[in-house]
Amino acid sequence: MHNKTIAELGAGLRAGEFSSVELTRHFLERIDSLDGGLNCYITVTPDVALQAAKAADQRISAGDAGPLTGIPIAQKDIFCTQGVKTSCGSRMLDSFISPYDATVVERLNAAGVVMLGKANMDEFAMGSSNETSYYGPVHNPWDRERVPGGSSGGSAALVAARLAVAATGTDTGGSIRQPAALCGITGLKPTYGRVSRYGMIAFASSLDQGGPMTRSAEDAALMLQAMAGFDPKDSTSAEEPLPDFCAGLNDSLQGLKIGLPKEYFGEGLDAGVAASVEAAIDEYRKLGAEVVEISLPNTHLAVPTYYVVAPAECSSNLSRFDGVRYGYRCEDPKDLEDLYKRSRGEGFGEEVKRRIMIGAYVLSAGYYDAYYLKAQKIRHLISDDFKSAFEQVDVIMGPSTPSTAFGLGEKADDPVTMYLNDIYTIAANLAGLPGMSVPVGPVEGMPVGLQIIGNYFAEAKLLNVAHKLQQATDWHKLAPEGF
Amino acid sequence: MQWETVIGLEVHTQLATKSKIFSGASTAYGAAPNTQACNVDLAFPGVLPVLNREVVNCALKFGVAVGAEIGRRSVFARKNYFYPDLPKGYQISQFELPIVGKGELIIELENGESKVIGITRAHLEEDAGKSLHEDFHGLSGIDLNRAGTPLLEIVSEPDMRSIKEAVAYARKIHQLVVYLGICDGNMQEGSFRVDANLSIRPFGQEAFGTRTELKNINSFRFLERALNYELERQIDVVESGGRIVQETRLYDADRDETRSMRSKEEANDYRYFPDPDLLPVEIDESLLEQIRDELPELPTAKLQRFIQTYALGEKEAKALTASRPLADYFEVVVEAGGETKMAANWVTMKLGGALNKAGLNLADSPVSPEQMGGLLKRIADKTISGKIAKQVFEAIWNGEGDADTVIEAKGLKQITDTGAIEPIIDDIIANNSKQVEQFRAGKEKLLGFFVGQVMKATRGKANPEQVNELLLKKLKG
Repeated sequence: MHNKTIAELGAGLRAGEFSSVELTRHFLERIDSLDGGLNCYITVTPDVALQAAKAADQRISAGDAGPLTGIPIAQKDIFCTQGVKTSCGSRMLDSFISPYDATVVERLNAAGVVMLGKANMDEFAMGSSNETSYYGPVHNPWDRERVPGGSSGGSAALVAARLAVAATGTDTGGSIRQPAALCGITGLKPTYGRVSRYGMIAFASSLDQGGPMTRSAEDAALMLQAMAGFDPKDSTSAEEPLPDFCAGLNDSLQGLKIGLPKEYFGEGLDAGVAASVEAAIDEYRKLGAEVVEISLPNTHLAVPTYYVVAPAECSSNLSRFDGVRYGYRCEDPKDLEDLYKRSRGEGFGEEVKRRIMIGAYVLSAGYYDAYYLKAQKIRHLISDDFKSAFEQVDVIMGPSTPSTAFGLGEKADDPVTMYLNDIYTIAANLAGLPGMSVPVGPVEGMPVGLQIIGNYFAEAKLLNVAHKLQQATDWHKLAPEGF
Repeated sequence: MQWETVIGLEVHTQLATKSKIFSGASTAYGAAPNTQACNVDLAFPGVLPVLNREVVNCALKFGVAVGAEIGRRSVFARKNYFYPDLPKGYQISQFELPIVGKGELIIELENGESKVIGITRAHLEEDAGKSLHEDFHGLSGIDLNRAGTPLLEIVSEPDMRSIKEAVAYARKIHQLVVYLGICDGNMQEGSFRVDANLSIRPFGQEAFGTRTELKNINSFRFLERALNYELERQIDVVESGGRIVQETRLYDADRDETRSMRSKEEANDYRYFPDPDLLPVEIDESLLEQIRDELPELPTAKLQRFIQTYALGEKEAKALTASRPLADYFEVVVEAGGETKMAANWVTMKLGGALNKAGLNLADSPVSPEQMGGLLKRIADKTISGKIAKQVFEAIWNGEGDADTVIEAKGLKQITDTGAIEPIIDDIIANNSKQVEQFRAGKEKLLGFFVGQVMKATRGKANPEQVNELLLKKLKG
C-alpha cells in the first residue's frame, strides 16, 4: 500500500478498497517501526491523524472527496499547525504550540489530507544537510551514514522511505530541490508568490517558498493544486490565476526547447552526476525536445549574493525570538539584557547564530551599501540572465546538486563547502523562478536529481516536462532497500 | 552674547483608523491590556503584515494639504532594535522613500505676520506597545494593545527661530490633522506627540549648533516649558565654557526639567532595510486626484469664508474655525435659523462656557446645534427675549426638549399683546404712587424700577421694548 502514489491511493479510497483510517494506521505503524533509524519526524500526531482520517472516510462515503481526501502526509515543522508543537527544528521553539494554522496547512486540511506528524528540518531552515536540527540529524534512507540534504531533509527522507505519501517543504536556496535530489524524490519549488507564506516561519522572506515533496510529478501537481493560490494574508502572494496543474501533464514535448547552462556543467560537478543528468537529457531528446547550450553568466555570483541577502533578512526575522512572549527563555535572567543574551544564546544553534551575525553585519551602518545594496543589484543581474535565457528556451535543465549525498559530519565543520552544495539551486530563489528536482539514474546506489527551472508561474509546464520523463522511465519508482 | 534659537519638530500623529496599520485588530483606546492584540501584533512565528490602505489615504490627505511632493512609490522599511514592547524586534517604518516628501506650512506669528515652515517629510510607521513598570513587584508588564497603531511622523525643517514659533507650528499641525479627520488630536491619550530638536548659535552665524532632541512631549504647555528649560540649559552650558553634547533628552513634567537619555555614541544602529514582507505602495495620479477632491476645507480657507459669508469679525471667525467640530457646529446652528452674529456669540460664549464648566467636549454637548439654532430663531422672531432664552437654554441642556417645547411647556412665550400688558402696567402705577410722583418730578431713572416690576409680574415674558414704550406713555401721559 505504501508504494502507491497519491493518485493511486485516492482512487483506491474512493473505490472503497480500503479506508483512510486503515491507510493512516498502516503509515503510523511504519513510522513506529522504521523512523527510529531515520529520525524523519520531530512530532508524530496519531490522534490528529486518526481524527482526520475518520473525517475523510465520512467525506468519501458522502461522495464529497477530492484527490487528497484521506491521504496521509507530513508537514515540515516550519509550518504552523494549530494545537501542535511547531518547533522549526529549534530549541527556541521546542515549547511552542501554534495558536493558528498556516495557510498551506489550512488549505491542505480543507482538501482532506491526514497529517501524520511534523517533519524534521535544519534549524529555522538554515542548512543543507539536516544536521543543524535541535532534534538531531536525519539519516538518508538510501544510506544511513549519509545526509538526506536540507533543510527539508526530514520531508525528503520520509517520502523516500514511504513514511508518508507526500510532504510539504520549503525552499529558500534549494531546501526542497537539494534534499529531493539526495533522497531520490520529486520536489517542486513554485514561483515566489505562488504559495502563501502566511504561517510558514520566515527565514528569508524574499526567497522563502513552500512546495510539495512527492514520489511523482503527478502527485506534486495534486499537492500544489491544494497548496497554491493568492492569499490576502500574504502581501507578497501573487494574484495570478491558478491553472489546473494536472490538465497538461501528458502534453507532448515535441519541439520543447531545453537550455543547458554551460555554467552548470563545469568544474566541481561530479562525473557520475553529470552522466546521469546527460542520460536524462537524452530521454528528452527521444521525447522530441531540442537541446541547446545557454549561458547564465552571473551564476558564480549566486552563492555569495544569497549569503548576504538571506542572512540579512533572517537577522531581522529572527529578532522576534527574544524570550519575552513565547518560546525558550533562559533560567533566572538578571535583567533585560541578560534575558535577551542568554535566551537567544542558548535557544539558537551555531549555524543560526552565524547567519544572524552575518546578517546584522551586512545591514549595519557603513556596510549596507557595500553588501546588502550590492547584493540586491546582483540579484537583478541574475534575474536578467534568466530573462534572456527564457527568450531562447522553454525550460532550463541541469543537475540539482554537484554530487550525491555526502556523509554525515563530512561538511558540518566547514560552512563554506556546505554552502556550495546549493550552487545550482540558489539562483532560482534569487530570481523568484519555479524549479523542480526529479530523480534520474542513481550513481553507486545513491539518487541523483535533475533540476528543471521554468519561467515565472510556469509550474504546469515544469510538471508536464517532469511527468513525461516519469512516464518514459522508472527512476522515480526506485525505493531504498528496507523501505 | 546674543543667541539665536533653532528648532525643528517631529510630530507623531496617530491616524484615526478603526484597525491597525498591518493587522485587523482594533485601535480603540483604553481596553484591558492585550485584548486588542492579534497574532500579527503579538508577532507569532509565521505571521505577516498586510497594509491597511486607509492609512495611505490619511497620509496622502496630509501630503496634499501641505502641498508636498508625493512620489509614485513609497517603501516600508524595518527599523531593527530590541525592546520588550516591540514584539517583532523591529518596527515597520519608512526610511528612504517616505510617502510624503517636501512640503510647507504657514504659521501666524503674534505680530500678525506669517512665516513659512518647511516640512521635510512625513512617513508612516507602526507604534510600539507599552511597558508597565508600576503594577508588578520586581517585574515589568507589557501591554501590546497599542502595538501596530498607525502613526504619521511629520518631520519639519529646522526653520523655527523661537519657542513661540515652535508652539505655533505644533498647534497648526494639530489643527490641520484634526481638520483633515486623520487624527483625533487627543493629546492626553497620546494621539499627538512631539519630539523637539533644539540648538543655539550666535546671531549672524550660519552653521547650526549641536542639537539635542527632547522626546515624547504630549502637550503644548509641556512643549513650551521643555523648550524653555532646554534653551536656558544650553545657554548656561555654552556660556560657562562647556560644549553641547548631541543626545536625546527626556522632559520630566513633574520636575520641569530635561535629562539625558542617551548620547549619540550610545545610539542604536537600526540596520534599516526594505521590508520584504510588504510590496512598495504604488500611488497613481487617479488616487491623488480622488484625495484632492475629497479634501475637506482647510482652516485658512474656512476662516476667510466665515468672515465673508457670515459677516463675522476676524476674531470671532478665528475662534469659530479654531477647530473643525466647532465650525461645523456653528454652521448647523446658522442653518437651523440662528442669526450669524448672535450664533457666534452663543456658540463661543454661552455654550463654550457651559461645556467648560461641565468639563465636556463639544462632541458630548447636551445641546445639539439644531436645538441651538431653534432657540436662536425664537430670539430673532421675538417669541422670547434674550433673558428668557438663557432659561430655555438651561432647560434644553437638562434634556427637557427643544426650544419650542420648552417655551410651550413653561409658558415662556413673550407677551406682545398690548391688551395684556396694559392692565398690569395700570396696576403697578396705581400701587406705586410714591414712585410715580418722583418720576413725574424728574427722577427718570425710576423707569428701570417700573420695568422691573412689570417683568416680575409677567415673569419676564413681557417684551421689554413694548413695556418701555407703554410705561413712558402712561407715566408721562
